[in-house]
Amino acid sequence: MSAPAIVGTIDEPPTAPPSRRERRADQNRSESSSHNRGPLMTTAGYVGMTVALLIVAVPLFWIIITSFKERGDIYVRPAQWWPNPATTENYHDVTTRIPFSNYFRNSLIITGVTSTVKIVLGVISAYALSLLRFPGRGIVFLVVIAALMVPNQITVISNYALVAQLGWRNTYQGIIIPLAGVAFGTFLMRNQFLSLPGEIIEAARLDGAGPLKLLWKVVLPMSWPTLVAFSLITVVNEWNEYLWPFLMSDDERVAPLPVGLTQLQNNDGVTNWGPVMAGTVLAMVPILVLFLVLQRQMIKGLTAGALKG
Amino acid sequence: MATVYFDEATRRFAGHDKSAVDSITLDIADGEFLVLVGPSGCGKSTTLRMLAGLEPINGGRILVDGHDQQGVRPRDRDIAMVFQSYALYPNMTAAQNMAFALDNAKVSKSETKSRVAEAAKILELDELLDRKPGSLSGGQRQRVAMGRAIVRNPKVFCMDEPLSNLDAKLRVSTRSQIAGLQRRLGITTVYVTHDQVEAMTMGHRVAVLRDGRLQQVDTPERLYDHPVNTFVASFIGSPSITLVESKVEQGVASVHGLAVPLQRDVAARAGGSVVVGFRPESWRIVGAGDGAGDGARSETGVESLAISVDLVESLGSESFVYGRPVGAEEASRVTVRLEKRTHLRVGDVVNVVPNQGEVHVFDASTGDRISD
Ligand SMILES: Nc1ncnc2c1ncn2[C@@H]1O[C@H](COP(=O)(O)OP(=O)(O)OP(=O)(O)O)[C@@H](O)[C@H]1O
Ligand SMILES: [Mg+2]
Repeated sequence: MSAPAIVGTIDEPPTAPPSRRERRADQNRSESSSHNRGPLMTTAGYVGMTVALLIVAVPLFWIIITSFKERGDIYVRPAQWWPNPATTENYHDVTTRIPFSNYFRNSLIITGVTSTVKIVLGVISAYALSLLRFPGRGIVFLVVIAALMVPNQITVISNYALVAQLGWRNTYQGIIIPLAGVAFGTFLMRNQFLSLPGEIIEAARLDGAGPLKLLWKVVLPMSWPTLVAFSLITVVNEWNEYLWPFLMSDDERVAPLPVGLTQLQNNDGVTNWGPVMAGTVLAMVPILVLFLVLQRQMIKGLTAGALKG
Repeated sequence: MATVYFDEATRRFAGHDKSAVDSITLDIADGEFLVLVGPSGCGKSTTLRMLAGLEPINGGRILVDGHDQQGVRPRDRDIAMVFQSYALYPNMTAAQNMAFALDNAKVSKSETKSRVAEAAKILELDELLDRKPGSLSGGQRQRVAMGRAIVRNPKVFCMDEPLSNLDAKLRVSTRSQIAGLQRRLGITTVYVTHDQVEAMTMGHRVAVLRDGRLQQVDTPERLYDHPVNTFVASFIGSPSITLVESKVEQGVASVHGLAVPLQRDVAARAGGSVVVGFRPESWRIVGAGDGAGDGARSETGVESLAISVDLVESLGSESFVYGRPVGAEEASRVTVRLEKRTHLRVGDVVNVVPNQGEVHVFDASTGDRISD
């Protein structure tokens, strides 16, 4: 291992972080140098990018414009690509026809608690599995990996039986506790911790740092980008979680937004899609805001992960 | 302030049948500067890490101040380490890096502050205290790493090739800085390097390691003048010693035909063949008039060695001439040091004779020193 290179990867960017424009320029430069393989490859690259963008963006766009359409304009041929006339009726509808604020509150509670538990447990277990020595460490990690291989849908049945027996249906803990398993976070953070230069951790040990101080003052600050990415992924996942809360809740007492929105769908024999779309847009907003706030760290995290391979 | 004693300390990595560090016994005095030197992979870092408690011991003991360190956690050993990579905390400023250990030891804020300031003054880091490692140069990082060790005022300093990331000039100045600092602080220091110039110039004593085994521990002068075997002889000294395997007949070794008489007791211990070693400065050029080409003859063989020059290195104050004996072109190179600039050129033939009493004689099969 060449030591200077390691130091390089964890270094802070020199003094002031480059301004946004400089960073753009950097990206352009690296892009053009990596796509220097001739016009054919460049075209292929752009086509690929465009296709990917369309696949992601068109449904999103459709949801947003539909949420502003009048009921009669939703099913027309040829498709209408712009709401005409535009109306906010659907938004009004969502918030009055179902107890939207209750669902929203439930979503906040469930996502907040589950994510916090997941992130804390993920970090702590990963820390133990990577940096503390104890007998059976390898086996514990194998179990974690194995848990990662089992799809949620399979454990749902036994979980349901257990939680129902405890009388926890229609309670927050019934929804939250079975969701708080952390195999993914443990795996991700463990690999992040293992990728840190061992000498820094040894230096901290020699400097007399106890396990918690080591984690809090040395290991986590160096793992910040990965931790942010992991947290964001966790929050998004919890926010969108549907199957389990749907099984656990019957009404607005504890059901989160994704479950609540389905009530709109079935209210009157023929679904009125306008309010559904409006509800979906409203449900997306908090995550969008969170993403915008954490965006910089998130992108940094994703590149850092890519570089460390 | 502490003595360190390695008592047959051994480290064997799981899955390796050879020990990385093999029964090392080393007695380091209080306040001593001991340099551990040897080629890459010989176990220097492992030895140091065993002392710091970062590497478990599979046999033997390590005592600090007479106390067995078995089972003592690294953070309870009061040993400070300077790593080759410096291993600074990237999220902390230089000052925070230095203060970290004191924080952990619950030293008061004001005491911490004054100790950091003092270390910063010694190392000329005052201006850089608020910078993070990412915006420091290699030399500055090295000094922060030193500072982090100094502020702790530990029992023992461990330094693992702290200068290897610096450029040649900085290395020379930092070398003397570290040696001076150690003298001033008087803290027992174990210093690892693979650079034999560092080894020779910095330490009170030098320990030479090879394949996990300790070869010799001695003062730099003794190491140079009395290497215990051919490995130490060729590792210490630059350019390195010329070693020639030679036949011995009637107490006289024949080095490419050059007669090198052995002392009687040496001859008695030598078998049919020995390895004879000559330092570059142990040769003297003699006039070609003594019989150019094959030298003057005596009853036992030629008295000067004719070598044909194939490389000349002129360093200004001194020069080194490398050549092979005439008539033995596939033999190992002979290195000769000359005081001043030389007018010798590649292809020239010179006659050289070894200085009396500066010849090293080793056993041909074991490589151990025979001469005293
Ligand atoms: N963690 C490890 N697992 C297995 N073998 C190891 C480990 N660390 C070191 N070794 C082996 O132990 C031997 C000594 O290694 P060590 O790092 O002490 O060498 P060194 O003298 O410091 O070399 P260098 O000058 O290159 O730093 C080497 O052969 C190395 O391959
Ligand atoms: Mg080493």
